[in-house]
Amino acid sequence: MKIVVFVKLVPDLVEELTVDPGGTTLDTTWLRMIINEFDDHAVEQAILLKEKTSTQVIVIAPDFDGVDEVLFTACAKGADQIIKLTGDFSSINNHALARAVASRIKILQPDLVLTGVQANNDIDGSIGPALAACLNQPFVGYVSGVTLEDNTAIVQKEYPGGVIAEMSITLPAVLGIQAAEQPPRYVAVSKVRQVMKTSNIDEQPLDELDNSGFPEVTRMFQSETSAHAEMITGSPDEIADRLVSVFKEKGILQRTNR
Amino acid sequence: MSQDIYVLIEHNQGQVAEISYVMLAAGRQLAGIHGSQLFAMLLGYQAQGLSLDIAADKLLYIDHPALKEFAQDAYLLTLTEIIKSRQPRVVLFGNTTIGSDIAGAVSIALGLDLASSCRYFTSDGKFVSQICGGKIMAEGNLSSGTTLLTMVPGGYKPEEGQSEHPPVIENFSPPVLDNLRIKNIKFIQPESFDIDISKESILISVGRGIQTRDNLELAENLANSLGGVVCASRPVIDQGWLPTTRLVGKSGKHVKPKVYIALGISGAPEHVEAITGSETIIAINTDPKAPIFDIATYGTETDLFDLIDVLVEKVEAAKAS
Amino acid sequence: MPERIDFWGIPENWGSPAFYVYSLMFLAAAILLIRFYLRARLWWKVGRPGFHWNHLLQRLGRVINYGILQTKVLSQRYPGLMHASIAWSFFVFFLGTGLATIDSHFYKILVGIPYLLHKLVMDVFVVIFFIGAGLAVFRRFIQKPPRLTISSGFTWSLALTILIVLGGLLTESLRLAVEKPSWAWWSPIGWLVAKLWISTEASSATLTNWHLVIWVAHLLIVVITIITLPVSTLLHIITGPANIFFSNPDRKPGRLSPIPENSKAEPIYSDSLRNLSWMQFLSADACTECGRCQDVCPAYAAGTSLNPKILILNLRDALKQDASSILHGNTNTHLLIGEWIKENALWSCTTCMACVYECPILINHIDTIVDMRRHLVIKGQMDGELQAALENFGRYGNSFGQSDRMRARWTQTITPKIKDARREQVEYLWFVGDYASYNPTLSDITIKTAEIFNKIGLDYGLLYDAERNSGNDIRRIGEEGLYEMLMEKNVAAIEKCHFQTIITTDPHSYNTLKNEYPINQDKRILHYTELLDQLISSGRLKFRKKLGIKATYHDPCYIGRYNEIYAAPRQVIQATGCELIEMPRHAERAFCCGAGGGRIWMPEGDVKERPSEIRIREAVELDGVSHFIVACPKDITMFRDAVKTTGNEDKIAVKDLIELVHAAL
Repeated sequence: MKIVVFVKLVPDLVEELTVDPGGTTLDTTWLRMIINEFDDHAVEQAILLKEKTSTQVIVIAPDFDGVDEVLFTACAKGADQIIKLTGDFSSINNHALARAVASRIKILQPDLVLTGVQANNDIDGSIGPALAACLNQPFVGYVSGVTLEDNTAIVQKEYPGGVIAEMSITLPAVLGIQAAEQPPRYVAVSKVRQVMKTSNIDEQPLDELDNSGFPEVTRMFQSETSAHAEMITGSPDEIADRLVSVFKEKGILQRTNR
Repeated sequence: MSQDIYVLIEHNQGQVAEISYVMLAAGRQLAGIHGSQLFAMLLGYQAQGLSLDIAADKLLYIDHPALKEFAQDAYLLTLTEIIKSRQPRVVLFGNTTIGSDIAGAVSIALGLDLASSCRYFTSDGKFVSQICGGKIMAEGNLSSGTTLLTMVPGGYKPEEGQSEHPPVIENFSPPVLDNLRIKNIKFIQPESFDIDISKESILISVGRGIQTRDNLELAENLANSLGGVVCASRPVIDQGWLPTTRLVGKSGKHVKPKVYIALGISGAPEHVEAITGSETIIAINTDPKAPIFDIATYGTETDLFDLIDVLVEKVEAAKAS
Repeated sequence: MPERIDFWGIPENWGSPAFYVYSLMFLAAAILLIRFYLRARLWWKVGRPGFHWNHLLQRLGRVINYGILQTKVLSQRYPGLMHASIAWSFFVFFLGTGLATIDSHFYKILVGIPYLLHKLVMDVFVVIFFIGAGLAVFRRFIQKPPRLTISSGFTWSLALTILIVLGGLLTESLRLAVEKPSWAWWSPIGWLVAKLWISTEASSATLTNWHLVIWVAHLLIVVITIITLPVSTLLHIITGPANIFFSNPDRKPGRLSPIPENSKAEPIYSDSLRNLSWMQFLSADACTECGRCQDVCPAYAAGTSLNPKILILNLRDALKQDASSILHGNTNTHLLIGEWIKENALWSCTTCMACVYECPILINHIDTIVDMRRHLVIKGQMDGELQAALENFGRYGNSFGQSDRMRARWTQTITPKIKDARREQVEYLWFVGDYASYNPTLSDITIKTAEIFNKIGLDYGLLYDAERNSGNDIRRIGEEGLYEMLMEKNVAAIEKCHFQTIITTDPHSYNTLKNEYPINQDKRILHYTELLDQLISSGRLKFRKKLGIKATYHDPCYIGRYNEIYAAPRQVIQATGCELIEMPRHAERAFCCGAGGGRIWMPEGDVKERPSEIRIREAVELDGVSHFIVACPKDITMFRDAVKTTGNEDKIAVKDLIELVHAAL
């Protein structure tokens, strides 16, 4: 069996995000790119499957700042091959990525493609279903558990309210991972550094990216914070007093007196 | 191409999902702008009964055993068929565990434009989507062809998408649904021994900002003193600090308490969409830019570790007096 | 003329007693050596060899200091006196016996006054021995402090030593009772006992026969003691000094030992007995089970699964049980980590170094714990909270998961703007540390520190967003690679700056910067308490007010035990006009707050009582002390919390030393 994991980097929301003076894209000056946390789960899920059924795991990621470390980390976790797609990704969307990655995946012919169910910068839908459609394969998203059988995968799909649907999906297929069966493992820095010395990133250039499939953005803006909330300031003491009066207004303090 | 607005009704195990009504409300606004009709699409098996309170001009009903529950390939085949034959102006999907699985595939399969995480439409019909955890909004015009959108809650009240008058039902014959590659095997219900947080009226919810498992005690103290229950956002549940039955969010519970106190929760869209039904939201977060403050009734930037003990004391004092 | 008689009272028809005695002794010694060798060779057969003989004189000096004079043993009064009485008596008995051997066979020295002095000294030490043995019996059978291992092995050894001395005393007294020499009083104890025999009016022949019986018994007991020594608790007589000798003499306590490497420069992780060093086994076999480490361990006091003594003894037992399997190539042995030593125990250590400080034979528990943690880290086996913290360090350089650009946010209110040491030359480079920079509840104290520096016109600057966590505790978690990464980034930033001295707020940063960072040797590194102390004594820092507060001071582990800064903070506190009252455990013996060694990023788990709470309870016992002064940002968070949880908010206030200085200015 062969599993391909598609991983991308997304803006780190810890950093302050600003809009570029052009007004239609994010300002990338201070942007820190980190692995999409759902993709991190997808890598973990693939490694867990490898540990159970000795499948081959290939991790593919487009070239964003910091991607080498992400790929080497995946390798240190147990990925067999790491591929970096190079090209100009400055204004790429998921449609273009899906088409480009699909062309690579068609060559690799994996039984299963895993990717994170969503990413914080998805603006034209998440990549999983688009990728599946490009490959003409079925897709299940919000997956939190995968078991491989001969030519099917049994997956757990999460629905609201904690309901889980158990589904079978014929391979080859694409899955959007919500959570791996266990949280992504820690890889010691020295292990990653070691892998950097001994492993190679397979660089594959992508040309002609087709961004069609997304309506044009005419304006991007920071959402107005504190638009609705009435901000309470002061010492903890004063704030607590104010909150207690809110509780009283809401009549919830009497209830507890029963 | 028609100017009609189509909404995919989402349902699961015989229940229409709330996002469907939000989309109907949005669809109604768009239909007004485009001077067209609002169509609801219900894919199911012997599920006409679900359509009763749907506020649409017409309901397109597609009946097939393979559509009894959501399966991405059966939905994809059916929806591409409908869209090809009806050529709507706009198709709305939920940015949900159902809609997100399908919208992108339809977009690629039919070569239609797709915008995701749309929160509302402007009065001139532009879509406004949220990205980067709700910190950034992107506004754009609908494309010239059929435009697909996935919607997040928060922009419209679900009641606006409900009606006392059932819509006119129009049956649409399903395409051939053979050789499907996705099969529903069974549904696993959440463990029922725990409290149902969707029925609680006071919730103390903790997020990443609680930092450690031990600090949960703070939230528990506050919950005890207010007579509420502790719940959490995804990162806390993923750590295993609370059972999944306490998860508030897209794949957890949607809650509607009288008072929802968010401790150290930034307000990622998956979380926010599940708490908009709360009467009062009190957000405590040291990050002044946390999106949670956008939807909270009250907010404070004080460190929760400084505040909670004091608050518990004051609540106790108020109860005693 | 008084002189020593060889083999008094041994019947002449027995032949040469010397032949029997030396044959027996030779045989016993041979058995001792063979048994000891069979045990000791496992150290380097199973473990990694590598013997260090450098600094020979220093090593011998340490053996004399700790092994013979037993200064560490003596640092605790009761057990110190007890052990030293017994040990020194045996040293004297051994020397005395040695002299007697020389006297018999080589050179007559025990004649006249030297002989009498010899008798007197030996007798005095008999008294000293019995005092020690009495203390031991009382301690073991009546007091029974929880730290002791109450097992038959110790009773056996104690009984043997008592019987040996008793045998010597009885033979001497019986001889005196028969001989009644005029110089008998030179053996005061022997003579007193002899008088007892004389008072029984037994015949000389009877007494001589008794003497013979006891003499033979005495000889046999000595033989038994010698041949059982390698398997008895007395083994530490050999292994203790050996451990002291081979322990690294030139390592500062604040410098952690690096990850051991094999010949190919690949790291060796302590995941199995095979990968431990022979020294770790020597230490394990040297452990006297005195329990001093257990007594002072905050993790043990808190009720966690760590007991430093048991940890070391588990290594000993693991070697005992699994060595032969391992040497026969059998891999199916108990797991070193997971079975012999529980992971939780390893993670419970706060690296406060109290155990290492107390150990009378210089066992380094922390080295072993960190070595094993390194193995867990490389395997990714750790708690989720700790993992999240480490990931934050890797990504942001701090555990708060905040942007590096937010590091200096606390400076916003300070005017004039604090210099950026990367751009301007400064005298002092202030390494603020994570807690003081990011923790919103501590920013008040950090701002006060800056205000004091401004007021006295200190020329200082910051690294701003180039500062990273110093990595002191990350290294002690066992994440060496991450430590190196942070250290390299900090060093690169520091090297770009022009300054003379680094000041740190955090004792943990201080430790690693001072002892582990490859920073130019001519740069000084000061903890802020040292700086303030220097500024006070040079007259640059003067106080207007006398605070008149009764305060106690808590020594942070990393400037206290690790770096022996005890006087500076105390002098500063007193200079502000506070009356300093010491807690029972202070300076070298200060009790850790429980946050070090990465514990602050790990879940507390099931604890009986938090170390910080134990410490606060210790402080509130002091008469009239209203302030608990600390000099470490982590201490502020730990102890303010503990004051609340122990309900002592109206009794004692936790203040940083800097707050006193600020108030007294």
